[in-house]
Amino acid sequence: MIFMLFSVQVEVSLRDGVADPQGATIERSLPHLGFDGVRGVRVGKSIRFEVESADETAAQAEVDDLCRRFLTNPVIEDATITLTAVDAASARG
Amino acid sequence: MAARIGVVQFPGSNCELDVIEAVRLIGGDAEILWHGDAELQGVDAVVVPGGFAHGDYLRPGAIARFSPVMSAVVEFAGQGGPVVGICNGFQVLTEAGLLPGALQKNRGLKFLCAPAELRVDSTNSVLTSAATKGSVLRVPINHFEGNYTCSPETLAELRDGDRVVLRYVDNPNGSVDDIAGITNGGGNVVGLMPHPERAISALLGSADGLPLLRSLLDAASVSV
Repeated sequence: MIFMLFSVQVEVSLRDGVADPQGATIERSLPHLGFDGVRGVRVGKSIRFEVESADETAAQAEVDDLCRRFLTNPVIEDATITLTAVDAASARG
Repeated sequence: MAARIGVVQFPGSNCELDVIEAVRLIGGDAEILWHGDAELQGVDAVVVPGGFAHGDYLRPGAIARFSPVMSAVVEFAGQGGPVVGICNGFQVLTEAGLLPGALQKNRGLKFLCAPAELRVDSTNSVLTSAATKGSVLRVPINHFEGNYTCSPETLAELRDGDRVVLRYVDNPNGSVDDIAGITNGGGNVVGLMPHPERAISALLGSADGLPLLRSLLDAASVSV
C-alpha cells in the first residue's frame, strides 16, 4: 500500500470566552513599550509534525482524533489544523 | 489491619512522600504506586499527588493520563474505589475524565504559594465525610494552574448535585464559583488544588488537613 506524507500544523488556541491571562498581560504591557492601539491579544501554541496516511481524508481524520484526545483539552481549547501534502521526491531529498 | 493508601508516583511528582508521611501519622499504611505499573497492588484508596508529572509538558496532566497506572485508577474509580487528586493530581484527574472541567492558569498569572482558607460546603465525599459542613480549614495552596473552569451546564450539575466540596473563602486564583475542590457523582473521586498533606501539624502552621485525610482513611477502611 502506498502512503502519502503530510506536513501538519496544529494551532491550539483558547476557546472564545475562555479568559487568557497571558494574552491580557501582554496586551497591558504593550503601551509601556509605545505600542498603542494593539487589541485582542490571544496566546496559543503551534505544534508541527508529519503523518503518513493513505490519503488526505484519512490523514485529516487521524489528526482530528489526535487533537481531540491529546493535543487539546476540549473543555478550554480549540485546534486549527493545516494539512499539506509533502512531495515524496523532496521528502526523500 | 490498617487501610492501605497507594500514592501514584510519576516522573516529576514531588508531594508523594508528604502524603505517605501524613497517612502514616493518622494510622494508615501508605505506599508508592509506580506510574509504569498497570495495577494498584490491592490498595484500598489511591492518591494522585502534587508535582509536575511528566514536566507538565503540553498541559498539566495531559501526558500523565496515558500512564499505565491511570487505566487501573480509572477502573478502580469506576468500581467505587476512593481516589483523591491533589493539585497536579487534580489536573491529572480532569484530563483523565474522572472529574469534569479544567484548570487554567491563575488569574493575574501569579504562581501562588500561601495558606488559603477553605469552607467545607459538602461532606458528601471521600475527602470531606469526617469534616464539619460550613467549617473553615486553613490549608496551603501551591500552584500556577489552579483556576478551575467548566461549562455553565457542568457548573449547574456540580451545584445541584452538592458536588462542590470545598470553596475558597477569598478566591485566590479566579476559579469559577470559588471552587477549590469537587467530587464526582458517586462522591468517591475528589480533586482539590490545596494540599491537605501539608497541613498536618499545628507546629508547622496548621493541622486542618487532618479531617480531610481522616475522611479518606475512613473510606479506605470500609473495604479492608
